[in-house]
Amino acid sequence: MIRVELPAHLRTLAGVSGDVALDLPADGPAPVTLGEALDALEASYPVLRGTIRDHGTGRRRAFLRFFACKEDLSHEPPDYPLPEPVLSGREPLLVIGAIAGG
Amino acid sequence: MTGVRVLAGTRKGAFVLTSDGKRDKWDVSGPHFAGWEIYHLKGSPADPDRLYVSQSTGWFGQQIQRSDDGGRNFLSVGNEFSYDGIPGTHQWYDGTPHPWEFARVWHLEPSLHDPDTVYAGVEDAALFRSVDGGQSWQEMSGLRNHDSGSSWAPGAGGMCLHTILLDPVNEGRMYAAISAAGAFRSDDSGETWRPITKGLRSETMPDPEAEIGHCVHRIAMHPERPDVLFMQKHWDVMRSDDAGANWYEISGDLPTDFGFPISVHAHEPETIYVVPITSDSLHFPPDGRLRVYRSRAGGNEWEPLTAGLPQDNCYVNVLRDAMDVDSLDECGVYVGTTGGQVYASADSGETWSAVVRDLPSVLSVEVQTLP
Repeated sequence: MIRVELPAHLRTLAGVSGDVALDLPADGPAPVTLGEALDALEASYPVLRGTIRDHGTGRRRAFLRFFACKEDLSHEPPDYPLPEPVLSGREPLLVIGAIAGG
Repeated sequence: MTGVRVLAGTRKGAFVLTSDGKRDKWDVSGPHFAGWEIYHLKGSPADPDRLYVSQSTGWFGQQIQRSDDGGRNFLSVGNEFSYDGIPGTHQWYDGTPHPWEFARVWHLEPSLHDPDTVYAGVEDAALFRSVDGGQSWQEMSGLRNHDSGSSWAPGAGGMCLHTILLDPVNEGRMYAAISAAGAFRSDDSGETWRPITKGLRSETMPDPEAEIGHCVHRIAMHPERPDVLFMQKHWDVMRSDDAGANWYEISGDLPTDFGFPISVHAHEPETIYVVPITSDSLHFPPDGRLRVYRSRAGGNEWEPLTAGLPQDNCYVNVLRDAMDVDSLDECGVYVGTTGGQVYASADSGETWSAVVRDLPSVLSVEVQTLP
């Protein structure tokens, strides 16, 4: 199970409180990737399509960042394997809105 | 007619203001979608309980919300706005080619007849349509693919398609206006388009009378006389008596002819309203006095409407989608300001009062006259 922590506005949009749990295997033949986790998130919550990654290009939206285990994953490719503490659910994958604007 | 519902889009959410026919006591609900920019929300003329909302932020992009119960509950519907084919380029501020990139929906125009059909004007300028209640969107690419499309350039606020008018009389006729490309008309339900800018003059353009490049701010029509159009251009208030084929200036004795919105009285097709703004670099009313101006002669002769509006130290703006009218027996007029006030007049503009004073900056005001 992977836990994803969303910004407040996306939690409201998705109708969830707290972390989102995604049923992805921690012990599959290959580690779950960043892109697969986001695919699973959007499959579980279709309303989030286009809010984190652009429709069409799949690129991360400019004012969002991805973090996990104190590492910035924002510039990693979609096939980047998530770290073991995220795969095991001990650490969340963080989707963070940039601190900007008012 | 039982009352009115005023739909206010703001920088930080949507608000629904309702009143009975007297329009002196108001119920305010909101903020809906708190924290999101609500560029526009509008009800279906065919089903007043059907509302469409454009919800966006720079962080999370575009959402479209739909209500089927007059704004009590909302449902997220489709938010994918993909340009048709390979979109190519338009002109950037510096004159270089720039790829078309979707930014947001500025304006939603529900069909006059079908609650499930709705048009969306977007930035970068294009027209989209949904025929399934907003679940999916298809570009009506005949507009963007007009021969002039690659030469369109953004105004200071971005290259937005902000005005969509549906002709209730002439089958298949519709209008779109784009900052800063100009105004366009289709006579075949949006398949093909032609510029309708003859008579417009914009001194800031290399050729002031060029067909393309005018910064049209808003166009309005009276539904019973759709061949007559009124336009607030960047500078100049204009009129056309032939469905946009020719325009002439009706700024007349206005204190300034810069402004954003323009509206037509619900029952008097020759009565129109504008909100003069000092200039393109001073986006506030002249002399710190918020005055709605009314012409009962179809233009040229204007009178200031001030009773109940702030006449001292007022430096708000009224944006292009932030004025509307109701169609009760005594026409109501509504204005939303960037200072967060929504002013209402229940007597065609003679007297005004604030429905709310401290909303976030108001981006749009749409009024539904409830059956």
